[in-house]
Amino acid sequence: MATFGNLTDRLTDAFKKLRGKGKLTPADVDGTVREIRRALLDADVALDVVKDFTARVRERALGDEVSKALNPAQQVVQIVNDELVSILGGQQRRLEFAKNPPTVIMLAGLQGAGKTTLAGKLAKWLAGEGHTPMLVAADLQRPNAVTQLQVVGEQAGVPVWAPEPGNGVGNPVKVAKDGVKEAQRRQYDTVIVDTAGRLGVDSELMKQAADICKAVSPDEVLFVIDAMIGQDAVTTAKAFQDGVDFTGVVLTKLDGDARGGAALSVASVTGRPIMFASTGEGLGDFEPFYPDRMASRILDLGDILTLIEQAQKTFDEEEAKKVAEKFATDTFTLEDFLAQMQQLKNMGSIKGMLGMLPGAKGMREQLDNFDEREIVRTEAIIQSMTPAERRMPKLLNGSRRLRIAKGSGMTVTEVNALVNRFEQAAKMMKTVAKGGVPQVPGMGPIPGAGYAGGGKKKQQRKKGSRSGNPAKRAAEEAALAAAPKTSVAAGSGFGLGSAGQFGSGAAGDPDAKGGPSEEELAALQKFLGR
Amino acid sequence: MAEHAQPWSLGGSLRGMFSRKTIDDETWDDLEDALISADFGPDITDSVVAELRASVERFRTTDPADLKRMLRESLEERLARLDPTLRLTARPAVVLVVGVNGVGKTTTIGKFAKFLANHGRSVVVGAADTFRAAAVEQLATWAERGGAQIVKPQAQGQDPASVAFQTVEKAQREGIDIVLIDTAGRLQTKSGLMDELGKIRRVIEKQTEIAEVLLVLDATTGQNGLAQAQAFIEHAGVTGLVLTKLDGSAKGGFVLAVQEKTGIPIKLVGQGEGIGDLTGFTPHVFVQNLVG
Repeated sequence: MATFGNLTDRLTDAFKKLRGKGKLTPADVDGTVREIRRALLDADVALDVVKDFTARVRERALGDEVSKALNPAQQVVQIVNDELVSILGGQQRRLEFAKNPPTVIMLAGLQGAGKTTLAGKLAKWLAGEGHTPMLVAADLQRPNAVTQLQVVGEQAGVPVWAPEPGNGVGNPVKVAKDGVKEAQRRQYDTVIVDTAGRLGVDSELMKQAADICKAVSPDEVLFVIDAMIGQDAVTTAKAFQDGVDFTGVVLTKLDGDARGGAALSVASVTGRPIMFASTGEGLGDFEPFYPDRMASRILDLGDILTLIEQAQKTFDEEEAKKVAEKFATDTFTLEDFLAQMQQLKNMGSIKGMLGMLPGAKGMREQLDNFDEREIVRTEAIIQSMTPAERRMPKLLNGSRRLRIAKGSGMTVTEVNALVNRFEQAAKMMKTVAKGGVPQVPGMGPIPGAGYAGGGKKKQQRKKGSRSGNPAKRAAEEAALAAAPKTSVAAGSGFGLGSAGQFGSGAAGDPDAKGGPSEEELAALQKFLGR
Repeated sequence: MAEHAQPWSLGGSLRGMFSRKTIDDETWDDLEDALISADFGPDITDSVVAELRASVERFRTTDPADLKRMLRESLEERLARLDPTLRLTARPAVVLVVGVNGVGKTTTIGKFAKFLANHGRSVVVGAADTFRAAAVEQLATWAERGGAQIVKPQAQGQDPASVAFQTVEKAQREGIDIVLIDTAGRLQTKSGLMDELGKIRRVIEKQTEIAEVLLVLDATTGQNGLAQAQAFIEHAGVTGLVLTKLDGSAKGGFVLAVQEKTGIPIKLVGQGEGIGDLTGFTPHVFVQNLVG
C-alpha cells in the first residue's frame, strides 16, 4: 500500500529541530509551516486555501502565549488543528425541515460522486429518524440510473417516484416537479431529488440543474463531493454554488485512504457547512460530519492530538519539578513511585495511548504483549506496605516482605523484584538528575517492559530473520536487550521500572514539559520501525 | 456562473506569467502555483521547476516564451517516456477494467466497445459488476449502443469471477475478437474486494492470457490517484491507465506522478458522456490542452 503517512515523519523531523527550545522563533515557525504547506498540498487542499491557512498559522504561532504543558512543536500542531477544526466546523448545523411538508432535499454533484447511493443512504437515515421520505429519480441521463435508484429505494424500504425510464428520455425538471406534488398528495414529509451528475463547466446541464432547483424550490440543496477530488474541488464547488447555490456539503467515499483535503477547500471557499460523511457501500454507512476527525485525517496526525491533550491535562509541570528535586536529593520514595505510576495510568490505558500514535495501528501484536495488569500488581504491592515502609524501603526485612506478599496476593520473589527495581531506578535517576549518564544495562530485562519484547520482534522481522527457531530468536532478543539504546528508547519509556525513567525527562531537562516529549515520541516511532 | 464555468487551463493561469518581459522570482512562483493547481502534486512540481530552472540557467534565456516552450517539452518528454499502445493481438484479447467507485468504468467500456466495433472488431462485454445496483443494466445499455454482445450474471450477486469465466468462454466458443470485463468499483483500501480482483484474474488466466488490465482514473482525483494506482497494480497487475472526465475543469496532472512512480503508461482518454468520446493517449495533445 502506498506510503503517504510520511507527514508525521516530516513534522517529527521539523520538530526535532525545535527540540529544547522554550519559545518559537520566526525561523522555526517558517520551517514547520513549509512542511505543513506541503502536507496540505499532498492532502489535495486547494492552493489558495493553503496559502491563507499557512499565513494564519504562522501569525498565531508567533503571537500566541506559550503554553506550559506543550513544547513548541506540539504547540504548532495544536494551532494547526484548531484552525482546521474552526474552518471545517465553523458552521455545523443539522438539516432544516420545512414548516409545511414536504421538505425538499436536492442532490447535485459531479458524475460518479455517489449521488444515487447517497440518496438511498439519506432516505434510510431519515426513515430511521421517524420521517417518511420519498425518492425522486430525476437522473435521466446516465443509463439505468433510474433502475439503480429503484433498487436502492427498495433496499432502504422507501418509495421511489420514477415516471420516466431515463437513458436520455424525459424531462428531469418536470419529473422533479411532479415528484414533489406527488409527495404532497401522498403525504410524505421529505422528498429527495436525485439529479444527473454534471460537470461544473457544462453550462447547459448546469442551467438544467438551476431549473430543477427553481421548479421544486428545495429547502436543502446538498452538494455531493468525492473525498478523493483534487485541486479542482474549488472550481467545481464554485460552479455549483453559482448554479444551484447549495446549502450544505456531503463528503463521500471517506472509507478510502484519501485525506479529503477537498473538505477544507470547499468549506473555506464556499462557506457552506459539511453536513454528512458517507463511509462505505452499505446503506447504513452514513453519519453526520465530525470536523475534528476530518482535521486529523487531513494532516494524517493519527490521534497525536488526543495524546497532546491528555498530556496537557494529566501532567502538571509543578509535580514534575517536585519529582525531579526528589531524585536529586535522594528522597524519592516508593510513595512517589506509586504516584508517578498512577499519573501514568491517568492518561488512560497505555495500550490505547500507544495505539494513538500515528502509524502505531500496525503494531497491535506488540501491544497485545504488553500486560497492563503488571501496573496493577505493582500498585497492589506498594499499597500493601505501611507508610513507613514506603518511605524507607530499607526497613523491609524478610517477615515484612512475606506480609506484603500475602497482602497483595503476590509472592515474596515478586516483592523482592519490585524493591530491587525501585532501588536501581532511584539510583539511576539520581545520576541523571545530577547530570550524569545512567548505567543502563541493568534496565534490559525488566519484567514490566513486556512491550519492549514485542518491539524486538518487529526489529527482528525488519532484519529479515524470519526463522521460527526459538533458540535463535531468543539469542537475538538477548542481544537486542543488551543493547542499551533499545531499552532506553522504548522499554523504559513505558515499561514498569520506567516510571522512574519517565520522570527523568523532567529531571534531566529543567524546562522540559511533563508530557511525552517529541523526542520520546520520535524515538518510539523510530523504534517501531516506521 | 460566467467566469467559473470556463474550462480551467494551465495555459490560462500561466498567461500572466508568460506575458511578462523577463523571467524573475515571481515567474517561478507563478509556475509552481500553476502546476500545483493542475494537480501535479508537490513532488512533481518541485522536480519540473528544478529542471526548468536548470535549463534556463544553461541556455541563459530571460524570455518567458522560451520557458513556456521548455515547460511543454519537459512535460511532453516525461509523458512520452512510456509506450501508450494497447496490445490486443491475442484472440480473444481479454481486457479487464478496474478502478475505484464512480470513476467511469462502465461508461469507458461502452465507449471502448464502440471504438473497437468501429475498427471492425467483434466485442463481447462481461458484466462482472454484480454488486452495485443496476450496474448490469447500465452496461447492457452501453453494450447495445456500442454494438457489442453481453454476458450477464444469471443471478443477483453471482461471483464476478464466474461471469468473467463465462464471458471468455463465450468468446472462445464463438470466435469473438475482444472481451471487455467490467468489474465493480472498489476502494483500494478494501482488502477483501481487492483480493476478489486477484481471483477474477486467476480464473481468466486459466483460460487464456489477459491482454490488458486497464485502471480507470478520474481526472478530478487528486493525489490519492497514486495510492489507487499502486494498490491496483499490486492486486490486479494493471498494464495501462485510462483517464476519464477530462472534459471537466480538472486536468488530471496527477497522472504524470502515477506514470513516473509506477511505470504504467496512460493508454486511453475519456472526454465526455457521448459514445464517441474516447481517444488514444497522445502526449502532445495532452500537453497542448494543458499548457496551451
